[in-house]
Parts: sequence; structure tokens; C-alpha cells
Amino acid sequence: MMRYIINNKASRNAFSCIFATLIALSFTPVQSAEGTFTLADKCPASFALDNNNQCRLRNLYQLYDSLQDRGLGGLKTALPEHRDGFSPQQIDLGRLLFFDPVLSADKNLSCANCHNPKLGFSDGMDRSVGARGQVSQRSAPTLWNSAFLKVFFWDARAHSLEEQAIGPLFSDKEMANTPEQLLANLNEVEAYPELFEQAFPDSQDTLAIDNIVTALSAFQSSLISLNSAYDRYAHGDAKALSPHELEGLNVFRSFVARCSQCHTPPLFTNQQVAVIGTPEPTGLPRDIGAAETFNAKRLTGGFKVPTLRNIARTAPYMHSGRFATLREAAEFYTKGRGHAVPEGEELLLHWHISDPKLTDTELDRLVDFMGALSDESFMPETPSQVPSGLLNISTSLSAGLEK
Amino acid sequence: MNNKFKVVFAIVIFAGGWIFGSSNNVAPVITSSVGGASYEGGFQSEVTVGAVPHRSAAGSIHIVSPGDSIQAAVEAAQPGDTIQVMPGTYSETVYIDKDDIHLVGVIQNGARATLDGLGKLNDAILYSGNNIIIENFRITQYKGNGIMGQAGNNFEIRNNIIVDTGIYGIFPQLGTNGLVEHNVVSGIEDAAIYIGMSDNIHVAYNEVFDSVAGIEIENSRHAIVEHNNAHHNTGGILAFVTPGLPIKTTEDVIIRNNFVSNNNTPNFGAPGSIVSGIPAGTGILVMAADDVIIEGNIITNNKTAGIIINDHSFAPTITMDVQSDPNADRTMILDNVMLNNGYDTIPEVVAVALTELHTGLVDIVHVGPSNGSCIINRHRYRTVGIGDYRECGFTNTDSIDSYLLAGGAQPRVIAPAERGEIAYLGVCAGCHSYTGRLIGPSVQVIQAMYAGNPQGLATYINAPIKKRENFPEMPAQNYLDPETQLAVAKYMLQVSN
Repeated sequence: MMRYIINNKASRNAFSCIFATLIALSFTPVQSAEGTFTLADKCPASFALDNNNQCRLRNLYQLYDSLQDRGLGGLKTALPEHRDGFSPQQIDLGRLLFFDPVLSADKNLSCANCHNPKLGFSDGMDRSVGARGQVSQRSAPTLWNSAFLKVFFWDARAHSLEEQAIGPLFSDKEMANTPEQLLANLNEVEAYPELFEQAFPDSQDTLAIDNIVTALSAFQSSLISLNSAYDRYAHGDAKALSPHELEGLNVFRSFVARCSQCHTPPLFTNQQVAVIGTPEPTGLPRDIGAAETFNAKRLTGGFKVPTLRNIARTAPYMHSGRFATLREAAEFYTKGRGHAVPEGEELLLHWHISDPKLTDTELDRLVDFMGALSDESFMPETPSQVPSGLLNISTSLSAGLEK
Repeated sequence: MNNKFKVVFAIVIFAGGWIFGSSNNVAPVITSSVGGASYEGGFQSEVTVGAVPHRSAAGSIHIVSPGDSIQAAVEAAQPGDTIQVMPGTYSETVYIDKDDIHLVGVIQNGARATLDGLGKLNDAILYSGNNIIIENFRITQYKGNGIMGQAGNNFEIRNNIIVDTGIYGIFPQLGTNGLVEHNVVSGIEDAAIYIGMSDNIHVAYNEVFDSVAGIEIENSRHAIVEHNNAHHNTGGILAFVTPGLPIKTTEDVIIRNNFVSNNNTPNFGAPGSIVSGIPAGTGILVMAADDVIIEGNIITNNKTAGIIINDHSFAPTITMDVQSDPNADRTMILDNVMLNNGYDTIPEVVAVALTELHTGLVDIVHVGPSNGSCIINRHRYRTVGIGDYRECGFTNTDSIDSYLLAGGAQPRVIAPAERGEIAYLGVCAGCHSYTGRLIGPSVQVIQAMYAGNPQGLATYINAPIKKRENFPEMPAQNYLDPETQLAVAKYMLQVSN
């Protein structure tokens, strides 16, 4: 299912050749791929194209309601409001941009380097590495189901996909670009001006920051994961979960473990800020998190509750990747309220951080259940090349850890 | 002439004496709450009985006897069925992930079906389905909750005895339209009855005692709490906005005709829990909730105060939430009988009282800003902080019987054709593309096989069998109802790209 087509045979050969070079010298800058990219005119899976050339999300949770339309509840509960309505071309352009390192200052980092589809749209690292090898403060959150989010970043500082996309592009610690440089770089790539024309036919100034951000948002909004074994159980297939997973669900939603009080179905986050007091990596000071966003001391060490969908794909865990496995992450909650808070430090811990005394078996079952939240059936295709020719992540299914 | 002068003089003396004897500097307005205007601002509900719609046809009855598993009966039951649990002891967690199940304990000569968690099991009964009835059980020794609802609408929880069991006795959460009545709940380390993030709720005729909180209405709207007996808890009846929860408001709560007495039990809530901040001796506590009416209660012998109304800043241990309005607005206090409250109050209340030169007993204390609050017959009570309460324009809530929804909360109705598109795009498209193999065969191949035979395709997706070497086996789509299965089959056979 190729979403773009390289038009003539000659350029296809040139492309293969460049691609081979790229694999051999994966970080060596290469010339822009010859050939013309054509953006998809169909929506990604799970979206219907409406009469205005806009993709509209369809999923089984649309059969249900939720209290106050907030998208929180139990099994047959609607999801939170979502973003959709982007055109197929915008989504597809977003996909090419997402994988294109030309977006970063040194043309070495694409969005996909930290949000790798093969690694649950995260990067397998405790803390992500940005421009010039800088280790950032926090881990890369998954992008699955970000169409449903109202709150972005660990510290809850952004409120739209667009606002979020701006962050890494122009953060000196991440892609380290500037708006001027980004536009210049994209204009230098032969294909992009034409692709922006295709995606934004009504824009006056098509290759503009707003449109870059819209395209990235459009692509992110298409990353839908709602067909896990858990979902089949939720919709009514009593056999969809194994006995261990079902046991895990009952621990998860019990009022002893209380996981579902914050990781609330069906999105498995309530999108609130919680102070849970996980330890920082050895030697690092407390990351104050949302206290900075809200200028509120009470939120020191507070972070947005992350979704648990596809959580088995995104180790390590917590805001700075302190826990290598889901088992360790689950165990944190049963070691006692505030057990990892250094003496003398005062954190206003969340009221659900309690002392549940879960058994080893219950922890195992929780891990089993979280594994039942995996679904990548709507995985977008990684392009086999990007317009700049700089693609630097593998397109093979098995790889992903090459970074 | 002389007599006339005397009368005028007497009035002046009387008025003067009252003025100098009062901290409010106004003549008492004596209002009869018998008859008079009724509150008109609440949820407009039609008259209804119960919260679970009546069944049009009787389903099967499943009898569970000691030694049997209640959960096995739940799994065997179809929506519309009733499960009757005979007296005896059962140690299990029962979870109901389907609609329209009535789970009924049978009481014989006073002996009940008892769910005993043995101090090891988490929750006694969990439900996520709609139209659930749970009644007549005895529940004890669970670590989590007695009865917990997660987003089920239309529920009735009645006539259960819940003793010494974990965090909450009865805890419906994220549901619409529920009735909690005639339960006896005691020895709970948080709230005996806790309505969390729910709408259209009726809590009546319950006895709650020896718990940290008796009845708590939290981040919920349109709730009536009436005819309950809340005694010997740390706090009797609470209406809260807890910040940091995803649903932000508590509005339109009527607390009326309850006994709220002797709620002086030392707080034994878990460290860090919201209720751990409640001072022992609290009768009724309104925190940041709006449009709360307090009427007709008998509130006695609560040592901190009879009624406390406060904003979030009065609770230093709770989190900060910019989306949460911290103030209790439009509190409405009608006639209540209040006796001997605040006889041994906390320093925080003493401090607020002293700003008004008030000492001694405290029936009502309001801390923090309040917009639009009102009271009638304020002169009857020992009050602190209600100087800006005006006179209510009504005297009772007689016109409101219930905030329950007539006919129940209705499920979302989606036309079959639309369900076909939703299921095709939402599920099938993950494995089947129009052309070419994705995980399963292409839609074109399927269309060729089932041309003119949507029922055949619907039958297949309900119970797929492995047809192709080198293809993974398709999971059964039997969670879709037959109508939706046929709709999605029809949809799949007509798509053209």
C-alpha cells in the first residue's frame, strides 16, 4: 500500500540506488531523491472520507455515550472528543515530514527518531536524545491515540497537537531548529513546495510554519489503536481476554490497586496531572514537572497521566524512564506511599497513591492485562524514502533499535 | 395619646435591645417553611419510581447455592436474567460486564447471602453494565470496595448490609441515574456511600455509621440525599468538588430530612486520602460544591460544627487544579434543627469565629468566598461567616421528589447502516485493505466470495474458521450484535475503494 508513487522508471532506479547508499551510510547526508511524490487521496485505515475531502474517524466506541461527554468510564463508554477532519493529503504530507530529518537543525533527527513506530512511537530510551547528542530531561511519550488528548507533554504545558508540534521543532534540546531555517531547509528540497501545494491548495503561502504544524498534527491524529484484546472484551466478547488478563483487569479496576482511577478506560488516561513520587535517575535532581507549567508548588513532581494503550511497546517507564519493565513500574505503586521520596523532600502525593499491598501474583496479572492493551493494526506505513532523501530509520518490521 | 407614646417607646426599646444584642444588626426575618415558594432551580425531572427500567419480559432465574460460584452464574446469565443467591457464605469477587442483570440475595429467616472477602479479596461486586440491580447482600472483610460501579447507568443498590470492608462501602462512579437506598453501611475507612463523578442520583433511607465519611457526593450533579441516618462518623454528609479529577463540578445537590448526629469519630482515613483532612465532629460539609440545598435535617452533637461550607483554600492538603472552581457558590440553607454543634471545635474554626467576635457553639460556618448564597431564619443558628447570605426567595423543596430520569438514561442510538460503516472502518480496515493483502485477504477477494450473500459473510465473521495457509486466523467478531454483523457485511460488500 504505497502512499506515494515515484513516477518514472529512471528515477525509480536512481531512488533504489540512493536508498542502498542510505542504508550503507545511514547518517551521511544524501541528495534529495529524484522523482515526484504524490500524496494519498484516501484516508488512512479507520477514517472515512467525507464530501469535503476530510477524513473522519470511525470506531466502535462511537456506539456509546459517556458521562458529561468526557470520554471516561468503564467498558462501553465513549472516548473523549477527538481531532479529525484533516485531508488525506495533509495526513500523508505529515507522514513524510514526520519521517524526514530535514526538519531538524542538523538534518539528523526526524520526529520518528524519538517517536519510532517500531517502538510504540517512543524510542526505547529512558530519556530521549536531541540535537548535538543532548540527553533531554524526559522520555518520549507514545503518539498512539493522541487525537484524543487535550493535554500534551509530560508537564501538561500544551493544549493542542499543533502547540505540541511546535515544541520539539524549535526546542534547542530537541530538533533545535528555527522557523526561518526550517522553511529554508524545506524550500531547498525539490519535492516539498509542490507537496505543500497539494496538501494546502487554498493557502496563500503554502509552505509556512502553520501548514507544517497542521500536517504533522494531521498525521499524529491518524495514529489510532483501539482494537486490542481488551477492546474486544469491552465490546462484548467475553472470551477475548485470557484468564490471566481478565484477572489482571479486575486488579486494575479494583479499589485496592486503583489503576483505573487515573488510567481510566477507554483511553486509559484521565488526562489529569498527578504527583506520584517516582524516583529520578540516580544523581539527577527532582524534575518539578507541572509545578512549572502552573506555577504551583503543590504540583511539584506532577506529570500528566499517560495512556496505557500500547504500553507494553514503550519501555522504559515513567517520565524519566526510571523503570525498565512494566513489572517494575507496577511494583512502584505497591511499595508504599512516598517510599521513593527522599527524606526531607515534601511532595503533595496524589490521594490514590496508597499502600495497596498487592501480591506478586497480582503484579504479574497487572502486567498480563497491560499487555492486552496492545494493538498496532492501524500502523501507518513508514515511507521507503522521504523527500529530502535523508531517511534515517529502518523501514523493516524487525528493526527499530538501531538508534 | 399617652398610650400611643408608650407603644412607640416599647418598639424602640425592643428594636434597640435586639440590635445591640445581635452581631448581624438586622431585625430577624421569621419565615414559615410550611407552604410558601418551593425551589425551582434544580434539575427538571418527570415523576419516576426507581432507576432501572422495568423489564417487559421476565428472563431466566439462576439460583446460586452455597458452594456454587456467583460469578459462574453471572457468566451464564443473559441480559434480562435474575440471579438469586441463597443464604450462606461466598468468598469471591463478582464482576458484571453485561447489561440488565439483577443480582439478588435471598434472605431467609434473617439469614443473608454473605460475601466474605476474608481480608484478602479486593472488591466484592464490580459492575460496568447498565440496568443493574444489586440487593439484599451482606458484605464484609473486603480490602477494596463493597459494591463498585464503573460507568454503568441506571442502577439500584438497596438493602445491603456492608460491614468492615475496605475503602468504600458503596461506590458508583461515572454513571447516570442511580438509586442507593435502604443500605446499612459501617466501619468503612473512607466513605460508607460515595457517589463519584455521577449524574442524577438518589441516596435515601440508608444508615451509615462508624466510618470516616457517611455519605459523600463528589464531582456529581443533580443528587438528592434524603432520609438517611448518618451518625458516629468523622463527617456525616459531604458534598465535594475534589480538584484533580477529570469531571470538575458538583452542582444541584439537595441534602434534606436526614439525621446527622454525633459524627465525632476520630479520623482513621488513610494518609493522603481526601477524607483524611475532615475534622472529627463535622455534621455536613460542603466544599467548593455549587447549588447545594440543606433542608429539614436534624443536626446534633457534632463537635466541630453542624454545617461547614468552605472553599479549596481551607483544605491545604488537596492538589491545585486550575480547571476546578474553588468556591462554594449558592449554598442554600433552609430550616434545619440544630442542637449542640461545635462544642469542641478546631482552631481553624475558632480563628474564623473570632474575626466576628463569635465564641462558643457553632452550627454553621462558612469559610471563603461565596456568591449567591442564602438562608432563612438565620437567627435560629449560631453562625460564622454567613454575613453575605441573603434571604432565600423560597422556603422548601417540596416540588422536587427526585432527580432520577423517567425511563432511565437511554443508550446512544446509531442506525444499523452507520454501525456498518463504523465497524468496517473501526475494525475490519485494520486487517483488510481494498486491494492487496494486509493481514487478511483483500476486500476485493472477499467481495468476490460473498457477492450477493451478506448473511453468509455475517455468519463467517461471527465464528471465523481458518481458510488460508499463511494467513493468521481471524478473531471472532461475535461481540457485535447480529444486526451490526449483517450491517458490516453489507457495508463491506459495497465499498469501492
